[in-house]
Amino acid sequence: MKKFLASTVAASALALMLGMASARAEDTIDPNAKQGGEIIATYKDDVTTLDPAIGYDWQNWSMIKSLFDGLMDYEPGTTKLKPDLAESYEISPDGKTFTFKLRHGVKFHNGREMTADDVKYSLDRVTNPKTQSPGAGFFGSIKGYDDVAAGKAQSLSGVTVVDPYTVKFELSRPDATFLHVMAINFSHVVPKEEVEKYGADFGKHPVGTGAFKLAEWTLGQRIVFVRNPDYWHKGLPHLDKITFEVGQEPIVALLRLQKGEIDLPLDGIPPAKFQEVMSDPEQKARVVEGGQLHTGYITMNTTMPPFDNVKVRQAVNMAINKARIIQIINGRAVPANQPLPPSMPAYDKAFAGYPYDVAKAKALLAEAGHPDGFDTQLFAMNTDPNPRIAQAIQQDLAAIGIKASIQALAQANVIAAGGDKAGAPMIWSGGMGWIADFPDPSNFYGPILGCAGAVPGGWNWSWYCNKDLDAKAAEADSIVDPAKSEQRYKMWSDIYAKIMADAPWAPVFNEQRFTMKSARMGGADNLYVDPVHVPINYDNVYVKDVQ
Amino acid sequence: MIAYLGRRLIQSALILLGVSLITFALLYLLPADPVRQIAGRSATPQTVENIRQQLGLDQPFIVQYWRYLTKLVSGDLGRSYIQRSEVTELIVSRLPASLLLMVGAILCELLIGLSMGLIAAVKRGTATDQTLMVASFVGVSAPQFVVGLLLLYVFAVRLSWFPIGGYGTWRHLVLPSLTMGILGAGWYARMMRSSMIDVLRQDYVRTARAKGLARGAIIFRHALPNAILPVIAMIGIDIGIFMGGIVVVESVFGWPGIGQLAWQAIQRVDIPIIMGVTLVSAFAIVLGNLLADIIAPFIDPRIKLR
Repeated sequence: MKKFLASTVAASALALMLGMASARAEDTIDPNAKQGGEIIATYKDDVTTLDPAIGYDWQNWSMIKSLFDGLMDYEPGTTKLKPDLAESYEISPDGKTFTFKLRHGVKFHNGREMTADDVKYSLDRVTNPKTQSPGAGFFGSIKGYDDVAAGKAQSLSGVTVVDPYTVKFELSRPDATFLHVMAINFSHVVPKEEVEKYGADFGKHPVGTGAFKLAEWTLGQRIVFVRNPDYWHKGLPHLDKITFEVGQEPIVALLRLQKGEIDLPLDGIPPAKFQEVMSDPEQKARVVEGGQLHTGYITMNTTMPPFDNVKVRQAVNMAINKARIIQIINGRAVPANQPLPPSMPAYDKAFAGYPYDVAKAKALLAEAGHPDGFDTQLFAMNTDPNPRIAQAIQQDLAAIGIKASIQALAQANVIAAGGDKAGAPMIWSGGMGWIADFPDPSNFYGPILGCAGAVPGGWNWSWYCNKDLDAKAAEADSIVDPAKSEQRYKMWSDIYAKIMADAPWAPVFNEQRFTMKSARMGGADNLYVDPVHVPINYDNVYVKDVQ
Repeated sequence: MIAYLGRRLIQSALILLGVSLITFALLYLLPADPVRQIAGRSATPQTVENIRQQLGLDQPFIVQYWRYLTKLVSGDLGRSYIQRSEVTELIVSRLPASLLLMVGAILCELLIGLSMGLIAAVKRGTATDQTLMVASFVGVSAPQFVVGLLLLYVFAVRLSWFPIGGYGTWRHLVLPSLTMGILGAGWYARMMRSSMIDVLRQDYVRTARAKGLARGAIIFRHALPNAILPVIAMIGIDIGIFMGGIVVVESVFGWPGIGQLAWQAIQRVDIPIIMGVTLVSAFAIVLGNLLADIIAPFIDPRIKLR
C-alpha cells in the first residue's frame, strides 16, 4: 500500500510539473467476488491463434487479453483507459514523446521477469513485415516505422529502452490515440525466447504475463485456461479454470446451457430462439444487454453516378425505415443517425440526422434529376439476417422509385467488390460492419471514411474522400493532452456532422450485444458486454457457488 | 493383377492431379483476395504487398501451382492463412475423429440397412416390405442437418440418453453415426433387398428348400452370405457420400473432424485448408474405389480384373 501511495504521489507531482501525465488507476476488484471455481464456455469456430501480433477476430480478442498484457488497458467493463503493465506514464508537451515506467516484478508464464527490453522486442516484432501482423499499421506514428515496414531496419528507432523499467516512445507526429494503441492486443508484450522457440507456432503456444495461462489446446475440441498464480494484479483472476469448448453450434450451446451443462454460450443467442428466451422471465434474467462499438450502414459509391450527387444520397438516407429493419433482427439494435455508435466518445446525442420521410426523399430525387428513380445494385453478405435486411432496404428504396437488385455474396466477395472503385454502387455492411479497434472516435474515420481508405482494396466503400476533413482529422488527433480531450471530441463530432451532410453512408443501426450466462455466474453486468474485452472480460467474472 | 494394379494406381494419381488443378484454379479465380484477408482492415498498401510477396501470391498461376505441387509431393500442404498453423498438422489432428465417425456410420448403415433389406426381401410384396421401402426412401431423402437436430432434440435434450454434441466417449459417437448412417441405410436396404431377392430365386436355394431345410437355415446359411457380399463391396464407393456428409454432420454435433475444419475454412476463405481437405477427401474417395474394385473379384468370382 505504501508503495502504491508513493507512486501515485510521484506521478501526481510529475503531472503538476509537466502539466500532462496520468497516475496509475485505482484497484478495481469487486469486493463480492468469490475466488476459485471452473466454468465452461463454448464457441462455434475453432480459435484461430492466440498470438497477440496475429489474432484479430472477436473470438480470440478477449482470450489474448487474458493471456497477455499491454502497457495500457481499460477499467473493466468501460472504455476508460488505465495503465496496465505500465505503472505510470508521461507525455511531453509537444505530444510526441511518451515515457512509460513499468511495474516491477511482473513475470511471464515461464517465470522470467518482464522488462523494457521485452516491450521493445514485442513492438519490433509486430511491425516487422515477416511477422505478417494485421495490426502493424497501428504503429505508423512511431519514429522509424516506415523503415521497419519497408524491411530496411529490424528495429523501431523511436522506441528506446532507458532502463529495465523505463521505455520511451518518440513519435513522428503527435498522436492522440497513442495510449489506445498501447492498449491494443498487437502491442501486448511477448517473451523473445518463447517466440523464437516456437516460431510460427507461437500462436498455439502463447506465453504472456496475463491473468491466465494456457494449459491445454486440443485442436478442434477445447482450449483450457488456468489461473496464473503469479499474476501481478493481486486478487485476479477470480476463476481457477476456464474451458472453452469449440465446434458447438449456437443452438446446441443454448440447449446445453438450458440443461446446466455449460456457463457461457459465447456465440450468443441464435436468432430463431431469441424471442423464446426473452419471453421466459427465468431465462431473460440471465441475459445481459449492452452496446457495442459497432455501426451497420449502407455505403453509396460517391464516384459512381447517380450516387455522385449528394441529393441522391440524402434521399436514400430519408428513404430507409430503420425501425422496421430493427424489427427484422428482433429488436437487437438501436437506430443510428451518424457513423459513431452511442457508446463512443464524441457521439453527438443532439444530432438529429435525416428523418424517415418518403415524400421528401422523392422530392430530393426529383431535384437531382431522377423523378422516376433509377436502377442500381445493392451488395450484401449472404448469411442471415443480411439478405432479409437487404430485402427491406430494397423495398424502402422501391418506395421512392429506386429499383435495386440484391447481390447476396460471401463475405470475402462483398469486401472485394467494395474495395474496387467500379465494384459496388451500394453495400449493406451487415456482417462486415465496422467494429472499433479501440474506443476513440478517430477509429471510425481513417480506413472507412477518410481518403486513406478510398484506395483499391480499402475499406472506404463509399470512395468518399474529403481533403478538408482529412486535415481536420489530423488536427484533432494532434491534440494529445488528455485534459483537452473534450475539445478534441468536439472537433470529431463536427467532422462526423460534416460527413453526414455529404451523406456517403446511410447509417442504419448500432447492434446491441446479448450475452447469456448460467445462473452461477457472478460479476457486474458490464463485464459480460465489455466494450473492449470482447465478448466478455474473463479476468473479472466469477462464480457464485464456490467455498 | 500387378499390371492392373499399376494401371489403376497411375489412373488414381492422374485423378488426384486433376482434382488438385481444378480446386487450385477455382480458388485462384475467387474474387476474394487472401492477402487482404490476412492483412486485415487496418493494413497499409505496403503491408499488403509485403505479405503478397512473402506468400508468393504475386506470381503467375502456373508458378504458384507448381510450387504447391512440389511441396505437396513432400507432404507439405502449406500453412493456414488465418490460423498460421501447418495444414498437415490441422488435418492430422482431426483425421482420427472423422475416421471414427466413419466407422460408426458404416456400422449403423450396415446394421440398419442390411436388416431392413433382408426383412423386406423375405416379406416381399407385403405391407412390411412396402413400409420398409418407404422408410428407406425417407432416409435417403431427409436432409442430414434436419435429421441431426431432430435426433439431438429427442435423444439428447428430451430423453438425456446421449450427450448434446461433443466428442470423447462412445455415447458421443452414437447420434452422429446414426445421422450419417440413416442416409446410407436407405441405400443399403434397397440394394440388400434386390440382392436377396435375386439369391432367393437361385437354383441352389430352391434345392435347399426341396431338401426340406428350415426357412431360417435357408435364409441365414445359404442365401444371406451370398446376398450380402456384393452389397458390402459397395462400402468403398460409399466414402464419397461420407465425405460430403461429414461437413454437415460434424458441424451439427460439434464433432472435431475434417468436415468441421473444411466448413470453418470455407467461411474464412482459408485457401490452404480448403485445398488440403479437398485433396485428403479426394484421396480417400479414390482409395475407397480402388479397394472396392480390388476386393470385388475375391467376393464374386464372376468379376475379373482387367
